[in-house]
Amino acid sequence: MPTKRFTCSLKNLEEICDFVGHWAAQAGFNESDIYAVQLAVDEATTNIMEHGYGRECPSRIDITCETLEDGLKVVIYDDADPFNPETVPEPEINVSLDDLKPRGLGIFLMRKMMDEVQYESSPDKGNTLTMIKRHAR
Amino acid sequence: MEIQTSEFKRCNVIKTSGRIDGSNAQELAQALKALTSKGKMNIVFDMSDVTFVASAGWWVLIDTQKTCKPAGELVLVKIDQGIKDSLNLVGMGSYFRTYEDVTSAVGDF
Repeated sequence: MPTKRFTCSLKNLEEICDFVGHWAAQAGFNESDIYAVQLAVDEATTNIMEHGYGRECPSRIDITCETLEDGLKVVIYDDADPFNPETVPEPEINVSLDDLKPRGLGIFLMRKMMDEVQYESSPDKGNTLTMIKRHAR
Repeated sequence: MEIQTSEFKRCNVIKTSGRIDGSNAQELAQALKALTSKGKMNIVFDMSDVTFVASAGWWVLIDTQKTCKPAGELVLVKIDQGIKDSLNLVGMGSYFRTYEDVTSAVGDF
């Protein structure tokens, strides 16, 4: 299970996407699904940086990719303030342009792009976000 | 982030390449604001070399669309299939008209 450590900087987003994109390709996903995995992980790590840590800092964001028989599991670990994406309401999408609000879209994208999104937090292990993408049947 | 803008008779074309994410979306926002603040509300965004758009990028485009309408409009050209799929999956595709080439988009203003 390859794990890579990144520091909390938005400048690392491209490298993070390259890392998970590589493992999504190894798991046999097509380009569209690789993009979906990269987008979900980009949104998740951006949230950790902007809302969890709240600033650029040397703190860790560890990402583990595990190829499964039926897809790919990506686990993201961080030590930021707990931030449970499951508590964020879904944005209202099918509304007029004027009523569209910039809130919760990143988390909504994560849920839409992946088949499973699960969050856990504990004082000793920090935050763990597990996302699974399965091959279409 | 390198951003090019070209002025046409009835619209402006803006182009960038690579990724639009949390690290650089504000640079795109500033470039678009530089146009709208001068009353240039007809904008063609050439996305032919854009490979990735995170939600930070979409909000820049949504905000710009809110500013442009109803006096003008932001239209998108040649969106990569992965980007288009994600946009449609969350139901935001309906907020933008899209074109397959810049000439058609410019010609429609």
